[in-house]
Formats: sequence, C-alpha cells, structure tokens
Amino acid sequence: MRFWLIQSLNGLALGGLLFLLSSGFSLIFGLMRVANLSHGAYFMLGAYVGLSVLNAGYGFWAGVAAGALSIAVLGAIIERLLLRRLSGRTFSQVLVTLGIAFIIADSSLLIWSGDPMPLPVPRALMGAVPVFGVFFPRYRLAVVGISIVTAVALWALLERTRLGAMIRAGVDDMDMARALGIPVPRLFTAVFCLGSALAGMGGVLGGPILSVYPGLDMDMLPLALIVLILGGPRSVVGAFAASFFIGFVYTFGQALFPQLAYVILFLPMVVALVLRPSGLFSARTA
Amino acid sequence: MHRRTLVLALLAAAHGALAAGKEPVRVGFLTVNSGALAAGGRQMEEGLTLYLKEHGNTLAGRPIEVVTLDTAGQPATTRTRTQEAVERYKVHVIIGPLAAFEALAINDYIKQSKVPVISPSAAAEDLTQRSPNPWFVRAVGTSAQPNQPLGEYAAKTLKYKRVATIGDDFAFGHETTAGFQRTFEDNGGKIVQKQWAPLNVADYGSYVAAIKPDVDAVYASFAGANGLRFLRQYAEYGLKVPVLGNMTTVDEGILKNMGDEALGVVSCGWYTAAIDTPANKKLVQAGRAAYGADPGYYTVGAYTAAMFLDLALQKVKGKVEDKDAFMKALRSLDIPDSFRGPIKIDEHGNPVLTVYIRKVERKDGRLQNTVIQTYPNVSQFWKYDPKTFLSQPVYSREYPKAANLEQ
Repeated sequence: MRFWLIQSLNGLALGGLLFLLSSGFSLIFGLMRVANLSHGAYFMLGAYVGLSVLNAGYGFWAGVAAGALSIAVLGAIIERLLLRRLSGRTFSQVLVTLGIAFIIADSSLLIWSGDPMPLPVPRALMGAVPVFGVFFPRYRLAVVGISIVTAVALWALLERTRLGAMIRAGVDDMDMARALGIPVPRLFTAVFCLGSALAGMGGVLGGPILSVYPGLDMDMLPLALIVLILGGPRSVVGAFAASFFIGFVYTFGQALFPQLAYVILFLPMVVALVLRPSGLFSARTA
Repeated sequence: MHRRTLVLALLAAAHGALAAGKEPVRVGFLTVNSGALAAGGRQMEEGLTLYLKEHGNTLAGRPIEVVTLDTAGQPATTRTRTQEAVERYKVHVIIGPLAAFEALAINDYIKQSKVPVISPSAAAEDLTQRSPNPWFVRAVGTSAQPNQPLGEYAAKTLKYKRVATIGDDFAFGHETTAGFQRTFEDNGGKIVQKQWAPLNVADYGSYVAAIKPDVDAVYASFAGANGLRFLRQYAEYGLKVPVLGNMTTVDEGILKNMGDEALGVVSCGWYTAAIDTPANKKLVQAGRAAYGADPGYYTVGAYTAAMFLDLALQKVKGKVEDKDAFMKALRSLDIPDSFRGPIKIDEHGNPVLTVYIRKVERKDGRLQNTVIQTYPNVSQFWKYDPKTFLSQPVYSREYPKAANLEQ
C-alpha cells in the first residue's frame, strides 16, 4: 500500500515536471510546426540563469521570473532573426535549432563551468509532509500544483482569449487564418516567446529536483518529444494528460521492472505512433 | 555529432631555458572539453598543469610539450584524436583518455602503434586484467579496487548485516558495486536489494522511495553529477539510513557543490584531499590557490599520471625515444613515498596502492572526506589469488551473483 501511494505521488511529481518542460515545446510545434530541438537547451539555460540570480542573493521566485524572461527574450530573437527566414523549410529549421542547442550547451559550459550545481529548494517548501501517512517532499507537491496552475492558465489563454482564438485558428488552418487577416508572423513570435518562457521557467522550477549540469539539455529533450507524440500537438489538455501518463508509466516502470526502464519509456511512444499518429490524447482527429 | 576540436600546443619550450637545446618530450593529452564529461576533463587538465608547473615544465631535464586533444567523450572521436596525436604530432606518450569506453576504443590501436599510454582516469577492470595491454599503465585504481576493502569494512567494522545497493547502470557502476558486494558477502553481510538507474535518469524519486526501509545501510555508486543529484533527493525524502559510497559519489569535484545531505557518507577511494602528508598538503594548497577547489578523482588522476611520466623519464634519463626501456620503466615503477602513499605497479600495469575509507565531515567551513581507516598495499585482486580471480568472469551486473536478494 505504502509502495503504491508513494510511487503514485512520485508519478504525479514527475508528470508535473514533464508538463512544465514540454508544454512550451508542444505549443510551438502545434502552431509553427517547428520541432524546436533547442528546447532542452532553453530548459537548461533557464536553470542556469535562475541559479545565477539566486547566487546573486535574490529569492527563488525572482530566479524563476528571470529564467522565464531571459529565455523568452532569447526565443524572440531566435524566432525573428533565424526561424522566420526559414519559414516552411522544416529540415533547415530542425538543423538550426539543433545548432543553437549546441551553441547554448557549449556557451553554458564556458560560463558556468562543467560542475553540476544544485538549485536550493525555497525555504518555505523545504522538508517532507505527511500525505495519507507517507512522507513526501513538499517541493514536489508544489511542482504538481504549479503545473496545474500553468495548465489552467494556458488553457484559458488558448480557449478564452482573442489571442488564443487566433492561435487556434492558426493551428487549424494557417492559410485561412492568414486570409482572414490574422497577423500570423507576429503570432509566431508571440508563441515562440511564450513557449521559450515556459521552458526557462520549467528549468528553474526543475532545478531543485534535477540540478543543473552539462547534458541536462539532451536528457530532457527526448522526454519533451515523447510527451508531444503521445499528447498530440493540438491541445494543452493533450500535453497535460500525456505528461502525467508518462510520469506514471516511467515511475512505476522503473520501480516494478527496473531492467526495462528505457523500453517502458519509449514503448508507449512507438505504440502511439503506429496506432494513433495524431497522439493518444489528442481531442480532435482532424 | 562533430564538435569543435581544440588543439592547443600548451606550455611550449619557452620555459625550457633550463633544458636549452634539448628536444621536448611530446605528450598527447586526451581530454574532454565539451559535453557532459567536460567537468572531469577540465579537472584532469588542472591536475596535469599543476604537476608541470611545479616542475617548471621540465621533467628529467627535458622540456615538456603538451598537445591537448578534445575527444568530446565519444569513442569514435577518441580513436581519431589518438591517431592524430601519434601520426601527426608524433607524441612520445599519451596521457588519457577520460572514460573507460574511450580507453577500450583505442586499446587495439595502442597495441598496434606501440605508444605508451598512462591512464589518468579510466578504471575498467579488464584493461589490466583479462585483456591487458603491454603499452598501458594505470595511474588510478580499477573500479572495484577501493570498493573491495569498503565491503569488508562495512561488514567487519561497521557491523552492517543487510545493505541495499543503487548505482549507475553502466560498467563503472556495475564493477564498483560488484567489488563491494563480493567482499561484503564474503564477510557475512547480505545484499538484499540491488537497483540500477539509467545514467541520465531524470529523477531518483522512484528509486529512493523503493529502498527497503529495514536495511542497515545503502551503498550508492554514482559518477559525474549523479552523486550530487542522488544524495539531494535521498535527503529530500527524509531517509535516515546511512549511506556508503564509491569514490566518485562524493568526489571532491562535486563535494564542493553539496550541502548537509552529504554529511556522514562513508566512502572509499585511492585518494582524498584530506590525506595528511606534507606532499599532499602542498598539492591541495596549490590546487585551492589555482582553481579554488580541493583536488579530486580527475585532478589527482592526471597529476599522478604526470608523476608517473616524470619518474619513468628519470629512470631512462629522459630517453623517451627508447620505447621499450621507457615502457619497462613505467611498468616497474615503485614509489614508496608518494603524496598519496606507496604506489607500486603490478605485473598487469595496475598500481598496488593505499585505499582510504573516508567520511564526509564539515571542517574549515567546507565539506571534506576525512580519513577514518587506511588499507595499505591494496592490489586490484584484494586478498584473492590473482590466478583464480582472473579465471572468474569480470565483475558485472550479473557477477558475482546476488544470492540474498529479497522481494
């Protein structure tokens, strides 16, 4: 009983972390059809920026804000200067984003050295709390909470605002949206900016659990890809459901069949690609 | 994935005024400047530089010219760089590479091209056991070498009966854990649970939560950043069971970024910055002054490799060109008073050395691996008969078999 409970909590926490990582990735892919392979690097860079802000004596949440903002600016620059010129050329875009990932990784190595560094847990969230009789780290529960809030906010943005309506129109039929006078290029910048900000924020929030180290970028990228494939590129709900699904599969897979850790992680992806290429959790089958 | 290649001809003959007119000894230094292993690569470079600086870049009367080559931590690249070092830069000796899989990737080429290699880091057992290479000498212990004493120490001195293990799911994790398990069980202990985590696992939460609550201790074998991540999450879950570790779980290279979660971890190693010899104090001081940190596994590995080069060169009076004599000198090094205790190379090219049982304590405002027990003259075969040892399979995930696992 204790086992199932604590591993379920672990699955939840990992799911929350995965959503923070992959929501931006799915958002960008959904609208722009760009598989942004620098997403993992954005996540890592966000964590490094957050760490520097923390080390400079500012609080944890200032670090989160700094991580989100700085990566948003970086994303905006990259979108305007590079990706826009390559619009419609998928392979070029993939290559460019991969190149950017390498540049970010090597620059981070220069600036922050290669030493792994942990981000401290904010004081208010330290320690473990009892949940139905088992002790569970408070910070991880907070991560679940933050991911839910983020999901609701994203959902509201996409479903309840004018900007969201335009984004959805763009996702469904780009040409028609353009013909209706929706400023697609500006929309692209906004979405790329938002997706990048989410990656940067996720990096800082993940820092206390994952630490920051060279290679974090490439450890995270496949997870974002899996969530995208399972969740489908079309909805926040899909990415949210897929994140928690993967969180549970991964956690229980590791605990019950440790020898098959990787198989368990990638098998659902393969099955999904074969059976439902548009994503297991995609609401619409357009 | 081709990465930038960094070729630096460092520390050239400028300093060689003392040895004016003499042809430099060219050292090919295979390190990692990019990617996930870069921290270790940088520390190796620091170790090498420290030794050469100490000696004015002149060993046995000859100036030293270091050709630094970045392998990016990838076996294929390592192979190309090694070839480059030997055929283009005509190096006399190679110090490197960092990772065991890199060392394995160049093993055949080394035999073929007959260039002496001093390994500053790669610990894979079989490099000096079942597939030895006459051109290879190791400056560090094998993976299991310090862990075999730790297993005995845990059973006999700490009186632990039941231990759970967790480690990186790759050869180094397997070999270290196997060494610990073998001597722990030979001395009456029981390994009741074994967990392996993929090297780049996102989160140890599920592993930590699965650790049996009724064990006497948890043995953790991690490399790179993973020790830091594991210990933090271990503390985060509020576990109180004592932690034993291999050398790299609490290596000085990452210990500086750890907090209270590392306190009390008992580990084993062929070095700790806290060794109380004048030579080591000097080294630690120089390391702290130059790089702001205590030297650890990689720094000291490369430092020792440079020391080996120095002493072997002295034996052959600087004549590195006589490869056979130089190699013989390297393979028969016997250093009774090194900064980390006596070191003697065995017939397989691996050092017989002092193993330290260490405990993480906070001293002088920083975390240190204090020595709590010393095992002198530890061979890679521990107390086992080398012949029998070599006739058994190499340590792995499956060997020795864990007979006492509980469901």
